[in-house]
Amino acid sequence: MRRLLFIPYIVWMGIFVIIPIGLLVGFSFFDIEDNLTFSNYREFFSWSYLQMSISSFWYAFLITAFTLLVCYPLALIIKQLKLKMFWLFIIILPTWINILLKTYAFIGIFSREGLVNNLAAQLGLPELQLLFSDVAFVIVGVYIFIPFMLLPLFNSINSIDQSMISAAQDLGATRMQVIRKVIFPLSIEGVKAGVQVVFIPALSLFMITRLIAGNKVVTLGTAIEQQFLTAENWGMGSTIGVFLILFMMIIMLFTRTKSKTIGVGRL
Amino acid sequence: MKQIYLLLTLSLIIGIGALLSTRFIEPPLGEGDSAIHIFNWGEYIDPDLLDQFTEETGIRVVYETFDSNEAMLVKINQGGTSYDLAIPSEYMVEKMQERDMLIEIDHEQLPNLEHIGEQFLGLDFDPENKYSVPYFWGTVGVLFHPDKTDLDFTEWDMLWDESLRNEILLVDSAREVMGFSLNSMGESLNETDPDKLDAAFQKLVELAPNIRGVVGDEIMQMMINNESIAAVIWSGSARDVMWENEELDYVVPEGGSNLWFDTFVIPETANNIDGAHQFINFMLDPENAAQNADYVGYSTPNDAGLLLLDESEQEDTRFYPTDAQQETLEVYKNLGLENLGIYNELFLKFKMNLE
Repeated sequence: MRRLLFIPYIVWMGIFVIIPIGLLVGFSFFDIEDNLTFSNYREFFSWSYLQMSISSFWYAFLITAFTLLVCYPLALIIKQLKLKMFWLFIIILPTWINILLKTYAFIGIFSREGLVNNLAAQLGLPELQLLFSDVAFVIVGVYIFIPFMLLPLFNSINSIDQSMISAAQDLGATRMQVIRKVIFPLSIEGVKAGVQVVFIPALSLFMITRLIAGNKVVTLGTAIEQQFLTAENWGMGSTIGVFLILFMMIIMLFTRTKSKTIGVGRL
Repeated sequence: MKQIYLLLTLSLIIGIGALLSTRFIEPPLGEGDSAIHIFNWGEYIDPDLLDQFTEETGIRVVYETFDSNEAMLVKINQGGTSYDLAIPSEYMVEKMQERDMLIEIDHEQLPNLEHIGEQFLGLDFDPENKYSVPYFWGTVGVLFHPDKTDLDFTEWDMLWDESLRNEILLVDSAREVMGFSLNSMGESLNETDPDKLDAAFQKLVELAPNIRGVVGDEIMQMMINNESIAAVIWSGSARDVMWENEELDYVVPEGGSNLWFDTFVIPETANNIDGAHQFINFMLDPENAAQNADYVGYSTPNDAGLLLLDESEQEDTRFYPTDAQQETLEVYKNLGLENLGIYNELFLKFKMNLE
């Protein structure tokens, strides 16, 4: 009976995980004329793809760091509130709206005659260029990922035994000391989980690079899209995909969580 | 546990309900019903014409859209939906034909083909119009704000002018962008010589400080909202924008540009070949062609239909360039995957040079 229960899981994994990854790796060894070759891999180590990888990592890092910076205090505050679940719900609500729609809304907010510049003009400030800047790209990225970071963070902070905190306070710890020496170490698994769920998708963002940054931010995602859809070079596109998977595995290794309970809170 | 069962049952019931309700909104095809699947660019047909076609012929239209020739090719190749009619651009017609993806069009079933202007038939990419019938045509040029700049963009080189720092939007398409750079140097936009392509790329890098952004279809909305002074854009998109924002003007620079054609083709996946022919013939009817051109904004190759449009429209040489103007224009050739790869690689490198 137990083994039978495993069958759907194995079939699922086979069809939707193993086979696609196998195909991806397979395609990556073929050039545009269907010859077996390593040239795609050689190409990946050329300067332009290395540059693109670095820029992908840099922006994914910025987005993750700022998301964490916003979410950690937020999670601490929500823990103190009476209607915890309500506030959590309010913050998670935007995930019900399609990402592209939200991104289009930001075009309206950031554009030359958009909301922000209108406000700036009212206050007598000079016109800002937000749309097509990397600042705007990071802001939108952070906005989109906040709910994904907040959930695991909140779950781990919320599950800290209140008596630990009381004990620290009784022993004379200041507020900052409590946060630094008790709460943060106890919530480290939540931080790791949050960093994972943000960093990994942030590494391959692509539509937002065009819509908000006007292609001034070029990431590996952009390159994959172009290889598959315009150049019809599935081999090169797959090779970049293989490297993305490798990068993600490395990140998973670094942020490995020990406890199993934390993962439950992920979306 | 009980609650979980309740939730599961409830979502199941809602799901099935939603599934069934679609049948009332759009009844499924019965035995005798006939339908055609059309695959077209977004915002590229007057939807009233689809209803009118169904009314006249009883054939239902299932309509889907794509946003690039390449995406269309991939989707048709995958199978899945058996499209009866698609509307690719000329270089893609050539490519699809090379791959035996097209069915020959029977001219006998298209009496309205006579309305198409002679200069639009028998072009290089399909000399006998065996596989394609013209739908719309147009150019690539500069859409700009005459009040905000002294330049008139009669030459591509004006885009490089220092007064345009951070004021140009480009469409996110390798051939268009590489193409105008080649044209600005007096080269052909079908160039395949690596040195010349590299020179075109170097010239684009010099343009980088003037580029505000490289975007997709959003470019139209952005130009309506005065996001930048100038944009390199397709003529029909420019027409659409100018209807909304009357301060803008469009010009095709004199140093040459792209002349393109979008055409009806019948992919080999088609199930309803008769229906597809009927639809092409319906769209070639001068009145329908005029109504469609009026809605979409692109230039119609339908001579009889053109005469039905406003005179100001017909004589607008920005969108219906004269023969002399057309002589400087070039149609894209299918350069093969390898060259296309080089164009894309250089374009990607150009994007990485933007800041």
